[in-house]
Amino acid sequence: MSHLVSIDNVDMRYGGADGTLAVSGLTMRVDKGEFSAVVGPSGCGKSTLMKLVTGLHIPQSGVVIVAGQQVTKPVSIVGMAFQNPTMLPWRTTLENILLPLEIVERHRHRLRANKKEYVEKAENLLEIVGLKGVGSKFPWQLSGGMQQRANLCRALIHEPELLMLDEPFGALDAFTREELWCVIRDLHAAQGVTIVLVTHDLREAVFLADRIFVMSARPGKVVKEHTVPFARPRDLELMYQTEFNDMVHVLHGEIAKARVAA
Amino acid sequence: MTMTIETAPTRPVVKPLMQRINWVRAAPFLYTLALFAIWELTVLALAMPPTILPAPSRVFEAVVQYWSPIWKNSLQTLYTTTLGFMIAVVAGLGLGLFIGWSKSIYAGLYPLMIGFNAIPKVALVPILVIWFGIGTVPAVLTAFLISFFPIVVNVATGLATIEPETEDVLRALGARKLDIMLKVGIPRSMPYFFGSLKIAITLAFVGSVVSETVASNYGLGNMMSSAQSQFNVPLVFAGLLALAVEGIAMYALMAWLEKRMTGWAHRSTMAN
Repeated sequence: MSHLVSIDNVDMRYGGADGTLAVSGLTMRVDKGEFSAVVGPSGCGKSTLMKLVTGLHIPQSGVVIVAGQQVTKPVSIVGMAFQNPTMLPWRTTLENILLPLEIVERHRHRLRANKKEYVEKAENLLEIVGLKGVGSKFPWQLSGGMQQRANLCRALIHEPELLMLDEPFGALDAFTREELWCVIRDLHAAQGVTIVLVTHDLREAVFLADRIFVMSARPGKVVKEHTVPFARPRDLELMYQTEFNDMVHVLHGEIAKARVAA
Repeated sequence: MTMTIETAPTRPVVKPLMQRINWVRAAPFLYTLALFAIWELTVLALAMPPTILPAPSRVFEAVVQYWSPIWKNSLQTLYTTTLGFMIAVVAGLGLGLFIGWSKSIYAGLYPLMIGFNAIPKVALVPILVIWFGIGTVPAVLTAFLISFFPIVVNVATGLATIEPETEDVLRALGARKLDIMLKVGIPRSMPYFFGSLKIAITLAFVGSVVSETVASNYGLGNMMSSAQSQFNVPLVFAGLLALAVEGIAMYALMAWLEKRMTGWAHRSTMAN
């Protein structure tokens, strides 16, 4: 019960028997309600991890268990957000956010009858991320940061138990990124959702996560696990404290080592 | 633009004629007039006989003189072209969706399509004549065969280039193939589809006129080939002019339709 995600000794190989081994012997656990971050050198199989947990890929060996069930097909209890916001340009922002509800089995049949309730929920989410009143705009009328906020709303609209984020802030400028860190921090606090954040940004990982997994170069596996000791709620000021920087420094050293080992 | 802004304060209220004309809007008409003028002058300067290159004034004379046959044959050509084009739209959309549906269908049918498209359609006209006789049917079918390829390719491309992230987000939510096609693939391929209509309609004219020239007793193609055999060169040019007018009109209609249906894809001009 305590682990929402549990990955045990998983191997994942692309492209048949002699294809590339993306992850090997991958083992990790994420508790319910926890915010965890995955960092590592590029090409360490972080995106593979995303696809394994969401059920888009089924591993050749090992077991992935999400919410007490072994993953054998896409699990609809997750929300996903990528670096590319992938908003559909022919839908308004609000319609984009409502899109998952047209798909998820549990909601799609009651969407039409309960439209008002869902629209209210979407508008509520928009307000939380600071996009009040832009629902009727088209995504291409929004800035990159605003699109990414809307993307987070879309990932959360169907009340997923697990939110998988694949470098969602990678393409944003530094100030917008810090703003969105606070948005995601507050969302996590308010909604009690479990979050797995895949990132290259070590400060982002330390600032946001309760637990950090460091992965090795390909084939990826977890080489180190850290618990982040800083108390919540965390303030952006935290990033200028010595303990914070020490932790970033330690992580940096570990990843440098993992790169050399490759 | 910058000129007007800089000189604006010193100008009197009524701007001179040169500035009141919207040159961008006037450009198509001015260029067309210039083309005809150069043509007319060239014919005059080289003293071309009308049986080789008639002057535009002579061509317009022929338009007036043969107005009734030109009008009737234009309607016939427009009819065969539009009918062939509409069949191409339906078939092209259907086949495009089918091809774009899965990677293996795409891989299997694409080379066939390329091979088919490489065949000159004029070579098919004799076969169509064997099957359907001369007249309207081969013209419609040639217009269809020549114009449906760009539609298929464009629709299939639109479907095949869905961003993998979008597909992942939806599949992780339990979306079926049909869901992804309906919610993302088909709306996404619409700008490609409407864009391809502009290419397809001009090709359809090529197909119908080629077929009419070889195997029909009606249509502009037939009219031009019989005019040619009587050395009535001005009438041949009048037929070409009629075709150009029909082509421009249909193209404009398709462009308008494209803008109307997929305004979101032309966002650079609409964004505030």
